Amino acid sequence: MVPLSWYLILSAVLFCLGVFGFLLKRNIITIFMSIELMLNAVNLSFVAFANYWNTHLDKLPSGAQMVPLSGHVFVFFVMVVAAAEAAVGLAIIISVFRTRETLNVDRVNLLKL
Amino acid sequence: MTKNLYLWVIPLLPLVGAAINGLFGRRFKNAMVSAVALLFTAVSFGWAAWAVYSVWPGGATAHIETLPFPWITAGSFSAPFGFYLDQLSMIMVLVVTGVGFLIHIYSVGYMSHEGGYYRFFAYLNLFMFFMLTLVLANNYLLMFVGWEGVGLASYLLIGFYFLKDSAANAGKKAFIVNRIGDFAFLIGMFLLIQHFGSLNYDTVFGKIAEAHFSPEVGWGFFTITALCLMFGATGKSAQVPLYVWLPDAMEGPTPVSALIHAATMVTAGIYMIARSHAIFNLAPHALEIVAIIGCLTAIFAATMGLAQTDIKRVLAYSTVSQLGYMFLACGVAAYAAGIFHLMTHAFFKALLFLGAGSVIHAVGGEQDMRRMGGLRTKIPVTFWVVTIATIAIAGIPPFAGFFSKDQILGAVFHSPYGGPVIWAVGVITAGLTSFYMFRLWFMTFFGEYKPDADLGDAHLAPTAHAASAHGADAHGSGHDDGHGHGGVHESPWVMLAPLVILAVLSVAGGWVGIPEFIGGNNKIEHFLAPVMESPAVAGEQPAPAMKVLDPISRPEEKPTNEELLLAGTSVAAAIFGFFFAWLLYYKKPELPDRITSKIHGIYTMVLHKYYVDEGYGAIFVKPLLALSTVVFWRGVDQGVIDGLVNGAGATSKGIGNELRRMQSGNIRSYAAWVAIGGAAVLAYMIWLGVK
Repeated sequence: MVPLSWYLILSAVLFCLGVFGFLLKRNIITIFMSIELMLNAVNLSFVAFANYWNTHLDKLPSGAQMVPLSGHVFVFFVMVVAAAEAAVGLAIIISVFRTRETLNVDRVNLLKL
Repeated sequence: MTKNLYLWVIPLLPLVGAAINGLFGRRFKNAMVSAVALLFTAVSFGWAAWAVYSVWPGGATAHIETLPFPWITAGSFSAPFGFYLDQLSMIMVLVVTGVGFLIHIYSVGYMSHEGGYYRFFAYLNLFMFFMLTLVLANNYLLMFVGWEGVGLASYLLIGFYFLKDSAANAGKKAFIVNRIGDFAFLIGMFLLIQHFGSLNYDTVFGKIAEAHFSPEVGWGFFTITALCLMFGATGKSAQVPLYVWLPDAMEGPTPVSALIHAATMVTAGIYMIARSHAIFNLAPHALEIVAIIGCLTAIFAATMGLAQTDIKRVLAYSTVSQLGYMFLACGVAAYAAGIFHLMTHAFFKALLFLGAGSVIHAVGGEQDMRRMGGLRTKIPVTFWVVTIATIAIAGIPPFAGFFSKDQILGAVFHSPYGGPVIWAVGVITAGLTSFYMFRLWFMTFFGEYKPDADLGDAHLAPTAHAASAHGADAHGSGHDDGHGHGGVHESPWVMLAPLVILAVLSVAGGWVGIPEFIGGNNKIEHFLAPVMESPAVAGEQPAPAMKVLDPISRPEEKPTNEELLLAGTSVAAAIFGFFFAWLLYYKKPELPDRITSKIHGIYTMVLHKYYVDEGYGAIFVKPLLALSTVVFWRGVDQGVIDGLVNGAGATSKGIGNELRRMQSGNIRSYAAWVAIGGAAVLAYMIWLGVK
């Protein structure tokens, strides 16, 4: 049985990779992937917690109730939203590429003040 | 309760005229403007005459009317809108409205070619309003309103040709110099409030009379108050040391010089001292100082008048000198004589100024007497009226000036505050007056007409320099006045009629004061006696030198021979003056050049008016300007006040400038901020958990 903290550390590492990728990368596709990475890092921590609480019901604080599959449901929501986002985002990226012929975000800043 | 005379109507009428002309005059035709101005002034004069007639000859108590609503009430102090009609204000109100009305008529002709016609009459009416407020007020505060108001009107009218620098500066100079005097007047009023809790004449003078103060030996309350009031009067009445504004005030149109700077406004100081005689009588030191100042002013101004070549400036210095006489009269407690001289001076000096205006009109705006001459036959009416006025001011009997001047000199001779020395100075001044007036008369009306005279010859070289401040500008003003039309011509009758009336008054005006010793009965002094009790009570005080004789009983006590001798001396001085003027400017016109080149140093000094303006400039104006520029402007205003305001602005601007960098518009930097913020929150939570 892998302890919860490992999942969480992995999740944090993935999230940080996503953050730094988002901040440092110029390529819009890579940025997009970094966003997916952050979302999935969070998904990982959701399912990890869900699994942990389901197997350790005795450690729940008194009065708290564990609803089955609550963590998994969140993950599904996130995946659905991410899929929708990917559809819209990729469409935008294609349209940007068509007009600007570049995927470098620093060159797609016409709306900046 | 005496009859209600509605005295408030008298000053209010010119104000209505000023309002109508000032607000709507721009759209009126000139005839309409002058009709409005003349109508309201005439009705005001009529009303004043009726009011005076109703209370004539007035008793020992004044006729006081107070409007039913209060003006200023603060604690126990209150100042009403009150009007005060006694023998003194009767004379003043008649002189102001009467002479004022005549000058209004004259202005219709004189100003007819000028721009700003409605503005001129609006200001002139405004002046009448304030002057009447000044003389009719029943308390010092209301008098002060009029006092300041006439200063304002004077400023506006001196600067009437405001496009000309010299006129605008002269206006400012008059205003600022007057303000110095007004400050002292204010202090005097505060002292009165402190001691009597009131500024109403009847309250203050009543309290003084009840308390039976004896004249102060040292420098007490009355002396200080009297000196403050006197200093206020030196500003308004152009006395040493504050006389410097009056000669420059000649930048205004000539009727203004006649009305404000000769006949009425400048006499306000004399009126104020005469009104406050109860205070002055208790302050022998103050009286002495008043007499000395009057005497100094009279002789200095007279000598300065000797070398002037601008016709209006000669008259200006003459006015200062004559005001000095009035001051001198007040200083020797001969208030009635002062007021008498004020009245006759109003007639003949207004006449002289208006006559000078008529001359200037005739020669097309020229003001320099050296470019005149021989005008006797060309403008005969003006010549005759100016002749009458000249004889009157020179003090030759039986013209008006003789009687009033003689009364002053007689009083000076006998007064403890005067004495033979001051009397002698007065007589010399009379001689000088006669000299410069006849000089003006000969230069203007005799000899040849030389409109193109070259003024740059050797001995006159300093003139060009001296006059650079005014003379040269004065020529400019002449041409600006818009009188440069046609050849030499007599003025229209609308201008000559007031001259003729004033000429009659200049002859006959003195006859109300024919002294006893030549068979008259000095009506004016008896008339003023109920108001002007002289400090006869002062005789009770220990110092015998302070013994003052009642001027009313004086002629009976004194041998008439002495009176005749005094009068004869002043007439002789006048005739000497005439003789020298005749010799130098008619008989041998080349003599003045030779004399002035002999005494070049003194002549230059006189020509530059003893460098008083330059001295004031160096002692007061320059350091004040430097102080204001360096400390108050650059230091306090720009440094502290602007510094605070600008500093606050610059600080917020700087903070904003730094914070601006956060909103770069770069999405990834926002994301970085979010990430940093998130990390910070997280770190805080962890730190809380660890703790």
